[in-house]
Amino acid sequence: MKKIATGNKAIAEAVRQVRPDVVAAYPITPQSEIVETIADFVAGGQLESQFIPVESEHSAMAACIGASIAGGRTFTATSSQGLLYMHEMTNWAAGARLPVVMANVNRALAPGWNIWAEHTDAIQERDTGWLQVWVATVQEAYDTILMAFRIAEHNRVLLPVMVNLDGFTLSHIMQPLDTVEPGDFIPPIHLPDIVNPKNPVGYGALTGPADYFRFRWEIERSMRDAGAVITETQKEFAKRFGRTYGFTEDYRCEDADVVVISLGTLGKEAEVAIDNLRSEGIRAGSMRLRWFRPFPQLDLAGKEVVVIDRNYSFGFGGVIAHSIRSKNLVPVFSVIAGLGGQEVTYDDIADFVRNRHSGEEFWFGVNDRV
Amino acid sequence: MPAGCTAAFQGIYPKTAFSVPVVNIAFGAAAACASGISSLYKAAGKKTRVIVYAGDGGTLDIGLQAMSGAFERGTDFLYICYDNEAYGNTGMQRSSATPLGAKTTTTPGGKPEGKKDIDAIIAAHRPPYQATACASYPQDLFRKVEKALTFRGPSFIHVLSPCPPGWRYSAEKTVEIGKLAVKSGTWVLYEREHGKLTISPPSKAAMKQPVPIEEYLSLQGRFKGIDADTVVHLKEEIAGQHRELTSRETKP
Repeated sequence: MKKIATGNKAIAEAVRQVRPDVVAAYPITPQSEIVETIADFVAGGQLESQFIPVESEHSAMAACIGASIAGGRTFTATSSQGLLYMHEMTNWAAGARLPVVMANVNRALAPGWNIWAEHTDAIQERDTGWLQVWVATVQEAYDTILMAFRIAEHNRVLLPVMVNLDGFTLSHIMQPLDTVEPGDFIPPIHLPDIVNPKNPVGYGALTGPADYFRFRWEIERSMRDAGAVITETQKEFAKRFGRTYGFTEDYRCEDADVVVISLGTLGKEAEVAIDNLRSEGIRAGSMRLRWFRPFPQLDLAGKEVVVIDRNYSFGFGGVIAHSIRSKNLVPVFSVIAGLGGQEVTYDDIADFVRNRHSGEEFWFGVNDRV
Repeated sequence: MPAGCTAAFQGIYPKTAFSVPVVNIAFGAAAACASGISSLYKAAGKKTRVIVYAGDGGTLDIGLQAMSGAFERGTDFLYICYDNEAYGNTGMQRSSATPLGAKTTTTPGGKPEGKKDIDAIIAAHRPPYQATACASYPQDLFRKVEKALTFRGPSFIHVLSPCPPGWRYSAEKTVEIGKLAVKSGTWVLYEREHGKLTISPPSKAAMKQPVPIEEYLSLQGRFKGIDADTVVHLKEEIAGQHRELTSRETKP
């Protein structure tokens, strides 16, 4: 069914269709519309989930963990400070192998208070054992939430999935949305080893080094297996619903000499920059990274790469730029841009490509324009 | 079950000492986790009971916010707080449940502040049932747990749990110390059903004719060297609590 929706509404609609048993969430700008819409669905009888209006994000994730350990399908949504407040429990959800699905609306971290888009919130969760994916359109947000449940609950994965979308530039932007009937694309949830009152099992009890170490390896093994499950799920999605997704969304990359790598809505902006650069005779392409965990092997041989990081690891650098460097023997030019909602236009992105020889790391708007 | 002594002594994976499933969860998250489990059972139409078993640290301090949220939301569960008046699992540091004058590893000169009144905080959430108990009165404790489980919605039992290494006395005196806590009126056993307060028989007797508090304090190393003024303050605190509880019992 075709309609018009914001990124937040599209996510709430996908959640309604997937019918989680329990949704526990706490509002935060710019995510609140997701929680409000789900609360409306529950109040109006369009969604038969238990909605737990928790008093904090820490409790939101703890409640999802409880419901998931007891065998339920769970969903939450947050952003920025909320995600940081959840951090202890995001580790717990992954460590306990619980397929919680979360929408995280990317927003900068205080201080100072800043409610606009930046990716550092989610990037700081990269070592928790969550699968992490970034989306760039309302349609993609909707489609990816559907896929996230199937991937998370797959018996070769059983890890939580975080779907990231840019605050305001996607959460609050209205675009066309074509909804589907998920049907058995989302099979009924069937988790192993759920709490059974007749079977006294300890969950998360004191664990010695040998078992603990094995559990950590099993998380990594599942993270590696997740690659194949993601591919298979995206393929199945394309077959059923006609929309194709990959680990990256590549735009005019095949014959490109230089490729712009970015996450989220900046990747859509980059496509306009690529067209403009091509008209100047610069053979450029855009590779928008969708999946960040597990981190994909990219085909960049023979290309120069301009990475736009909308995040920063202080004393180190842009996290995506360094991730690309660590996995690919190609020249990488690092641009730090868009922090705290800084406006980055396609003209700016074209400039990042034109001026890529100007230094190892370029802080857009701070360094002098070169 | 949040972090705490019970989390530590339930056994090392893959074994468990418990005859019911135990979900261990982060220190400040027990009540929220329980509300997730409880919600799922509610959705499934199951009558499985969910019990939180948490210490004073996991209840009065780091778990307070999550617990308040769960009580306010009417979560269907029983919350049992076993209270040894300090962070026992990490080596007896002060908690907000540590009483005035008690020495802990972070209040080496005795705690300058009094014990937080968690029961009043719980009462402010108007749960259908709440009670205090002490394992030195096992029949009273059993009865209260059984009774709590007959209520739907949130219920709370606050159990004073004398702690030999923390309170610095030898273990065989545990029952006696629990009894002295009640007999001296330091710990009052009572229950509240839908707000109506009833002081339990052992405390009723104790409040009429209390054992001097010095008998309770002198058996415990944590009160060694407590000064006379602090004892007077403790007595005043206790008297105030007795007045409060008695007036609530007669005029609910």
